[in-house]
Amino acid sequence: MPTTRRQFLNLAGGVTVVGAIPIVTLRPLRATPAMLNTAVRNVVGEAQIRTGKVKLDIPPLVENGNTVPMTVTVASPMTADDHVKSIHVFNEKNPQPNIGNFYLNPASGRAQISTRIRLADTQKVIAIARLSDDTFWQVAADVVVTLAACTEEMN
Amino acid sequence: MAALVNVPARAKRGDVIEIRTLTSHIMETGFRHTADGKLVPRDIITGFTCRYNGAEIFRADLFPAIAANPYLSFFTIAKESGKFEFEWIGDNGYSSTASASITVE
Amino acid sequence: MTIWRAIAAAALFATAPALLAGEIPPDARRSGYSFMGPETRTMQDDDTSNPGMLFVLDGEQLWGKQSGSAEKACADCHGDARNSMKGVAARYPAFDKAVGRPVTLDQRINLCRANHQQAAPLPYESRDLLALSAFVAHQSRGVAITAGDDPQVKSFVDQGRDLFMQRKGQLNLACTNCHDDNFDRRLAGAPITQGQPTGYPLYRLEWQTLGSLERRLRSCMSGVRAQAYDYGSPELVALELYLMSRARGLAMETPAVRP
Ligand code: HEC
Ligand code: HEC
Repeated sequence: MPTTRRQFLNLAGGVTVVGAIPIVTLRPLRATPAMLNTAVRNVVGEAQIRTGKVKLDIPPLVENGNTVPMTVTVASPMTADDHVKSIHVFNEKNPQPNIGNFYLNPASGRAQISTRIRLADTQKVIAIARLSDDTFWQVAADVVVTLAACTEEMN
Repeated sequence: MAALVNVPARAKRGDVIEIRTLTSHIMETGFRHTADGKLVPRDIITGFTCRYNGAEIFRADLFPAIAANPYLSFFTIAKESGKFEFEWIGDNGYSSTASASITVE
Repeated sequence: MTIWRAIAAAALFATAPALLAGEIPPDARRSGYSFMGPETRTMQDDDTSNPGMLFVLDGEQLWGKQSGSAEKACADCHGDARNSMKGVAARYPAFDKAVGRPVTLDQRINLCRANHQQAAPLPYESRDLLALSAFVAHQSRGVAITAGDDPQVKSFVDQGRDLFMQRKGQLNLACTNCHDDNFDRRLAGAPITQGQPTGYPLYRLEWQTLGSLERRLRSCMSGVRAQAYDYGSPELVALELYLMSRARGLAMETPAVRP
């Protein structure tokens, strides 16, 4: 159970914030494999997704699932006829499978984006790149979350 | 509320430069409940755009899985002196902007 | 279930031989920063990616903005904070003659609002109060902590120390059991640190926002299933003062980032 530490330490501060809404729990409606598949298909259509070209830098073990730094890099010359058009990031087990869509062009110079994401549980993160020739390339990474994000439980 | 944008003040023509942005926003997921069981409505930034002298150079769609106070870093080629404009839009008519200038030689 | 886990945690500390007993010698004092993973450190180190800096920027705005019926801004009396506020937070909580006891930085800011701006106090943990105290404390980043040196606050430091050593709550644990005797160990996967107050107000990933030292202490108290002291209560101020005196010589880090 990812909430173990919280259950006996309850270091959550939600209840102590003066004037804030005391948030109790999230009953994680989880994204199902079918939802993930639909979200991916919404982006790639019927195209084949190949493995390679894409690199996903994300810590394998995170201290807190609320703010996980992540960088996606695609091997591409970023020229007018050979560049990355977009990068799409998905997750397996948050309530919703999408994380972000990022649109690039030859003026980007380098096919790399970074952001910080929420991971409600130990799970897979998937990054898919669409190249200018409309081929799709993907990579997946496993992330172990020691504390579940989004749940701030009260005593 | 504040936004932090980081663009190099100067660059050589043709350099690939990194742009970093951080903006204040709670990114309420819409999946949490209050003590009495009511759903806390979603309140997130849904879109981000960066323009360089008027032309869009980067755009992103954001979802509830983006952490509070969204951070984004991306690259562009320094082609001429001028201005970067940043725009964040979101739920409940949210909109905020920031800008930064660059000297390219 | 929760209770079983709670008892398991208490048993851990009752049976495990303590590595250290009692207070941490000055040269062994370490900020919570040194216990963090590389990603969280990077987030704190780089001002352009430290989310706490968003609050510092908000505080800078408020510093120059008139408030209250006196129509004065902080800057009207204190000028450039980079000079006037440098090192101030490293001395807080500090003795206030008018009230006859130590006040926290948040309380000092509200005293200025009441006495000098004729403005209503800002609520604890409100964005504006956090932003102002983050902006003021940021001016002390890198300055060594000296709070508690003033002889007028000695009895309050002692009171805070007693509270730190006192077992509390359903788990019957004292702050010292975790933060003096068991730092460097892990509690359900997360490292226990020395509980040093160097970075406040700080951005906690768990909170997804900036929070005060008092918020942190209150969560540690609920953690051992004890009734948390109220914001601004003499007990909480004494604990805060003891923690600062216990961190003597460590550098301020505001705004720090913690998991
Ligand atoms: C009308 C003048 C005035 C204004 C406006 C004012 N202050 Fe002060 N401030 C003082 C004086 C005078 C003191 C010394 C303590 C006292 O007499 O209250 C002080 C003390 C302080 C201190 C403690 C300094 C130390 O060395 O211990 C801090 C921190 C501070 N003010 C912050 C603020 C902030 C933040 C604001 C705006 C919200 C503010 N002040 C507005 C006059 C002012
Ligand atoms: C059951 C063990 C336990 C007890 C008892 C406990 N804490 Fe903590 N405390 C933790 C853990 C775990 C954390 C989070 C990780 C860390 O910073 O150590 C923490 C964090 C802190 C921090 C934040 C440190 C930082 O770097 O920002 C402070 C300050 C603190 N505790 C003070 C106290 C005080 C004061 C008490 C007594 C009222 C107390 N703690 C009781 C386990 C405990």
